[in-house]
Amino acid sequence: MSKESAKIKEPFVRIVKRDGATFRNKLAARAVAILLALVVDAVFIFSVTGLNPLAVYGVMFNGTFMTSVRFSWAMRDLVTLLCIGIALAPAFKMRFWNIGAEGQVLMGGLATALVMVKFGQSMSAPMLFLTMFLTSVIAGGIWGFVPAFFKAYWNTNETLFTLMMNYVATSIVACMTNIMRGKASSLGKLNMSNQAGWFPQFLGQRYNINILIVVILTFVMYFYLKYSKQGYEISVVGESENTARYAGINVKRVTIRTMILSGAICGLVGFLIVAGRDQTISTTSAGGNGFTAIIVAWLAKFNTFYMALISFLLIFLSRGASEIASAYSLNDFAASIIEGIILFFILGSEFFINYKMVFRGSKHKEVR
Amino acid sequence: MEYAVQLKNVTKTFGKVVANKDVSLDIRKGEILSLLGENGSGKTTLMNMIAGIYYPDEGEIFVNGAPVEIRSPKDAYNLGIGMIHQHFKLIDVFTAVENIALGLEKSEKFDMKAIQAKTQEICDRYHFDLNLSQKVYEMSVSQKQTLEIVKVLYRGADILILDEPTAVLTPQETERLFEVIRNMKNDNKSVIIITHKLHEVLEISDRVAILRKGEYIGAVDTKDATENSLTEMMVGKKVELNIQRSEPENTVKRLSISNLTVYNKEKVKVLDDISFDAYGGEILGIAGISGNGQKELLEAIAGLQVTAEGSSIRFYERGKESSPMELVGRTPKKIRDAGIHLAFVPEDRLGMGLVGSMGMTGNMLLKSYGRGRLPITDTKGPKQLAERVKKELEVVTPSINTPVSRLSGGNVQKVLVGREIAEEPTVLMTAYAVRGLDINTSYTIYNLLDEEKKKGVAVIYVGEDLDVLIDLCDRILVLCDGKANGIVEGRRTTKEEVGLLMTNLKKGGAENE
Amino acid sequence: MSNLIAWIIRAIPFGTIIMFGSMGEIVTEKSGNLNLGVPGIMYLGGFAGFASSYYYEKLSPDPKGWICVIIALSAAILASMFGGLIFSFLTITLRANQNVTGLALTTFGQGVANFFGVFILNGSSYSAAPLANAAFAKKMPFLSSKFGVISKTVFSYGFLVYVAIILAVVLHYVLNKTRVGLNLRAVGENPGTADAAGINVTKYKYLATCLGAGISGIGGLYYVLDYNQGIWATTGQIEALGWLAVALVIFTTWKPLNAIWGAYLFGMLYWLYQFLPSLLGIKVASYVTDLIQMVPYVVTIIVLVVISFRKKKENQPPESLGLSYFREER
Repeated sequence: MSKESAKIKEPFVRIVKRDGATFRNKLAARAVAILLALVVDAVFIFSVTGLNPLAVYGVMFNGTFMTSVRFSWAMRDLVTLLCIGIALAPAFKMRFWNIGAEGQVLMGGLATALVMVKFGQSMSAPMLFLTMFLTSVIAGGIWGFVPAFFKAYWNTNETLFTLMMNYVATSIVACMTNIMRGKASSLGKLNMSNQAGWFPQFLGQRYNINILIVVILTFVMYFYLKYSKQGYEISVVGESENTARYAGINVKRVTIRTMILSGAICGLVGFLIVAGRDQTISTTSAGGNGFTAIIVAWLAKFNTFYMALISFLLIFLSRGASEIASAYSLNDFAASIIEGIILFFILGSEFFINYKMVFRGSKHKEVR
Repeated sequence: MEYAVQLKNVTKTFGKVVANKDVSLDIRKGEILSLLGENGSGKTTLMNMIAGIYYPDEGEIFVNGAPVEIRSPKDAYNLGIGMIHQHFKLIDVFTAVENIALGLEKSEKFDMKAIQAKTQEICDRYHFDLNLSQKVYEMSVSQKQTLEIVKVLYRGADILILDEPTAVLTPQETERLFEVIRNMKNDNKSVIIITHKLHEVLEISDRVAILRKGEYIGAVDTKDATENSLTEMMVGKKVELNIQRSEPENTVKRLSISNLTVYNKEKVKVLDDISFDAYGGEILGIAGISGNGQKELLEAIAGLQVTAEGSSIRFYERGKESSPMELVGRTPKKIRDAGIHLAFVPEDRLGMGLVGSMGMTGNMLLKSYGRGRLPITDTKGPKQLAERVKKELEVVTPSINTPVSRLSGGNVQKVLVGREIAEEPTVLMTAYAVRGLDINTSYTIYNLLDEEKKKGVAVIYVGEDLDVLIDLCDRILVLCDGKANGIVEGRRTTKEEVGLLMTNLKKGGAENE
Repeated sequence: MSNLIAWIIRAIPFGTIIMFGSMGEIVTEKSGNLNLGVPGIMYLGGFAGFASSYYYEKLSPDPKGWICVIIALSAAILASMFGGLIFSFLTITLRANQNVTGLALTTFGQGVANFFGVFILNGSSYSAAPLANAAFAKKMPFLSSKFGVISKTVFSYGFLVYVAIILAVVLHYVLNKTRVGLNLRAVGENPGTADAAGINVTKYKYLATCLGAGISGIGGLYYVLDYNQGIWATTGQIEALGWLAVALVIFTTWKPLNAIWGAYLFGMLYWLYQFLPSLLGIKVASYVTDLIQMVPYVVTIIVLVVISFRKKKENQPPESLGLSYFREER
C-alpha cells in the first residue's frame, strides 16, 4: 500500500538543480535557442511580409558585411554597446543590479561636451582630452556612487534607484543642451570651427580610437575581474556576504568602490560617444544601449569576450534589420522584434543549463 | 488505553543515511510526551512524518486507532495533527489574524471578523496572551510561537507537536508556555515536545520517549525518571573509538578569554560571561547542545561578533607570549594584519568558509589574496597549495579548478581544513568539523587535528558526538544556555558527566575542575 | 485661477495613463515579480487597442462607438496579457532573471507596436481613429457642464479616468480584504510559507503577472485613444510613461489607493513646467522647464531612500520581489 502511495507522491516530472553544466551542454543549449529563435523569426517575417525568410536573412547579412564601411559602422556601434557591458560586469558580478548605465553614460557625455565647449578654445589638445576624460569619468562615477552609497548603508533597492537616476540624468542633459544650443533648433556638432575635443582621424575614422580603447578595455576588465585583488573581492562579495566578512573583506567599501568603477566606465563611454562618434550630446546619445548592455552583460556571465560575441550578434541583428527595412521598404523596428525574440529564447535556454528535469521513475533504481 | 497516534515499525532514510530505523511509538490521549534525544537522533524527522512533511519508507501510522496516510500538512490537519516547527512559517507583514486566515480551507467562509472572533475564543480558553491585530514583525519570538500554536489549534488540532519550543524562549516565557501546554492537556489534547533539556522534561511531561541514533530506545513515566537515568538512556554506553590522542607537551597559554558576553540581533544574550584559557599543544573540546553559544563563541574570537562591554579575548602569538594582543574590537582583517595566526573552520562551510563557485585555487586565496604589493593576486602559491592539499588530504576532485560546491561534503571539508592548517596557525578553531562526513574522512580530520596539536597548535574543537569529544580532546568546556557550565578532563570524564553538564545548568555557573 | 484649472485638466488625464500602468505593476509586484517590461506592455496595449479600432472603423460599413470601445479594450488587454504571459513563462516556469527578461520585453513590445504601426501609418506621419477617440473621450452628459469649475475639473474626462479610480478602490479591496488578496500578498512576501500553507504559488504568480500586464496595457490604450486624441504616431512617448509608471509604484509604496493621488500628483509635477511660471506670474527660461521634468523621478528616489531609512515594514517592497521561487526537492 505504501508503495502505491509513494508513487502518487512523485510527480511526472521534477525539476532539479544541475550542478554546473559542461561547456558543451551550455553551447548546445545556446545554439538550439538561437536556432529556434531564427525559425520563429522566419515565421514572423514570412507571415508579415510574405518574403522568403532565407533571402531576408541573406539581406540581413549584408547589413554588416556588404562593404568595409558598413563593417566599420557595425564595429563602431558594437564597441559602444560592449563598453557599457564591460562597465556593468563588475557590478553584476557583485550582484548589484545597475540598471542606470543609460544615465551614467549621459552624465559622462554631458561632462565631456561641457568641457569641450568651455575650454575648446583655450586649452591645448592633450590638456583638453585629459580634462574631458577626467570629468566624464568623475561624472559617471558620481552617478554610480549615489545608489551604491545608499545600498551599502541602508540597503536601498538598487534596481529601482539606478533606474530612476536615468531620468534625472536625461533631464539634466535636456536642460544643458537647451542652454548650449541657445536659439538654434538643435545643438549640432560642437566646436565645429576648430574641431577641438574631436578625436583625431585614426586609420580614416575618428571612431577607430573608440574601437581601440574598448578592445583594450575588454582585455583589462577581463584580467581585472579574473586576476586582480579587487576582482577577487568582488567575486567573494557577490557569492556570499558572510564569506566576505569571514575573509575580512569590507563589504560596504567594495560595494561603493565597484559601483564607482562601473559608473566611471559608463562615463567613459559618454566621453567616447561625444568625442569619437557624435561630436555632440543629446538626450538620446546613449540610445538605449544602457539597457541592451544589461542583457549583454547578464547573458555573458561577466566574461568580457563573451560580451563581445553577444554584442556582435545584437548589432548584426539591428544593422541587418535596417538593411531589410530599406531593401523591402519595411522599417527599423523589425530589429527590435527579432532581437526581442532571440533574447527570449536565449533567456529561456538558461533554464536548461541550470536545471535538469527528472522524469518519473528514472531515479528509482539508484535509491534502492 | 486510548492512543492518539501510534507509529508501527516506521523507517525513513535519506539517501544512505538512516534517519529513523524501525521505530514504534505510542502517544496517548491527553498526555504530554517528551521526545528526548541528542542532535541527529531523528526526533524531528520522526515527527515530520506525523505532520505530513515526510512520508515514511516503511511502517504504518495509526491515528485514533485507524491506519492513515499523511501525505501533506493538510492531511495532518484534517486528522487533527498540528506541528509547530522551529522555523516559524509566518508572514512578517501580516497581522496575527491574517496569518491564521492564510491557507484556510476554501469551504470556510472568508470572514475576517468571524475568524478573529474564533481566534479570540481560543486565546481566551487557553489564556494566550496575543494581540490579534499586531503585525508579526512587531512580535517577540515567544509571541510568534504562541501565534503558531493558535494557528494549529484554530485548525482543530487535538495532537500538537512542538519542535524544541523552549530553545528560543526566556525562562519566564518557558514557564508561560508550560502553563499553556498544561491547559491543553486538561482539554484532553495530546502534546509532544521535542527537546533535550532534561529539567524541562521532568517538569512538564507525563512520559518520556527516548531516541538514540535513529532508533527507539524506550519510554518511561516521568515520575520514575531521574536526570541520571534519562541521560544514560539518551547518550547510551560509551563506545571505544580508538582515536589517536597524543599526550600534551609543552603547553603554553595561547588564548585567554574572560567575561565574554555577546548579544544577538534580537538583543538576547547568547554568550554569558564566558571565561577560559586555551593552550598550545592541547585540544580543547567544546561540548553543548547545538545552539547554546558555540557558533557565537568561535565567531567572537574570529572578530565576527560584536562583544559586550567588559569582554576580553587575549591572544598570545608565538614568540610574543609576553605581550598578548587584545582581539576584542578587531575585524578579521585587522586580526590578520596584526600578524596573528588564527585559523577558523566555520560550521557553514560553503556559506562562510569557502566560495562555492570557485575552485580549490580560488579558495586557497580567500584569506591570503591581499598579500604582496601588486594589485594582482598571486595565483602561483595558491595553486601549489591547492595541489598539495589535494594530494596530502586526498581530495577527490576532477581538477583544482572545479567549483568546490560540486565536491562531496567530505572533500569540501578537506579543502577548508587544508587551507586553514596550511596557514601554520597558532590557534585553530573548528566548528562541527566532521558533521555529515563519513567515518574515514572523520578519522582523517581527527588525525589532522592531533598532528596540529603535536606541532604545538592550540586546537579548539566544537563537536556534538560525546564519544568523539571524550576520546579526542584533552579538556572539554561544556556550554549550556550560553554559559560555561564547567570544564572537564577528557581522559577522566564520563559521558554521563558531560551529558548532565550539557543539559542541566549548574547553579553558580562555571568552575574549573 | 483659470491657469490652475487648466493645469488640473492636463494633469488628471496624464496621471490616468501612469495610474493604469502602475496599478498593473502593483498587482504584478505583489506576487513577487518585478516586471520591467511595463513600457513594452503599455506599447502592446496601446497599439493593439488602436489598431483594432482603426481597422474596425475602416472596414465596418456602419461603425458604432460602443463597439469600438469593446473591441479596443479587449484587444488591448489581450495583447498586453500576452506580454505578461511571455514574462511569466520565462521567469516563473523557466526561472529566467526578471530584470533582464523585463528589459527584453520592453524592447520587444516597443518593436512590435512600432513595426506594425508603420504599416498602418503607411507613409504618413500619423493616422487616427476618430470614432474610437470620440467614444473614449466622451464626457459625462449632465455632470460635465452644469457645475462650473467642478464640472470642468472633475467631470470633464473620458470614462477611463473614472474606471481607473474605481479600479484602484477595487484593487485595494481585493488585496486587503479578500482571501485571494491575502494569498497573493503571502506569495510575494514569502512564497515558502505560502506554499506550506497550501497556496499554489505558481498559479498566483502567473495570474497576477498576466492580469497586471492587462491593467498596465489599458494605460497604453488610454494614452493613444483618449489622451493623444486617437492618433498613432511613431514617437517614443509611451516608453517614458512606462518608466514613470514603475516609479509611481514605488511612490505609492505598493498601495493602489495611493496610486490615485500619486498619479495626479505626478501629472501635476509633469506639467509643472508649463503652468507654474504663469501661475506665479514669472517667466522661466525653457531650459529650466527641462530641469523641472526630473521632479517626479527625484521625488521617487527620495521616497525610496526614506522608506529604506525608516525600515517600516508596511512600506517596503514585497519581501521576495525579483526572486524566482524554487521549492527544493527533498
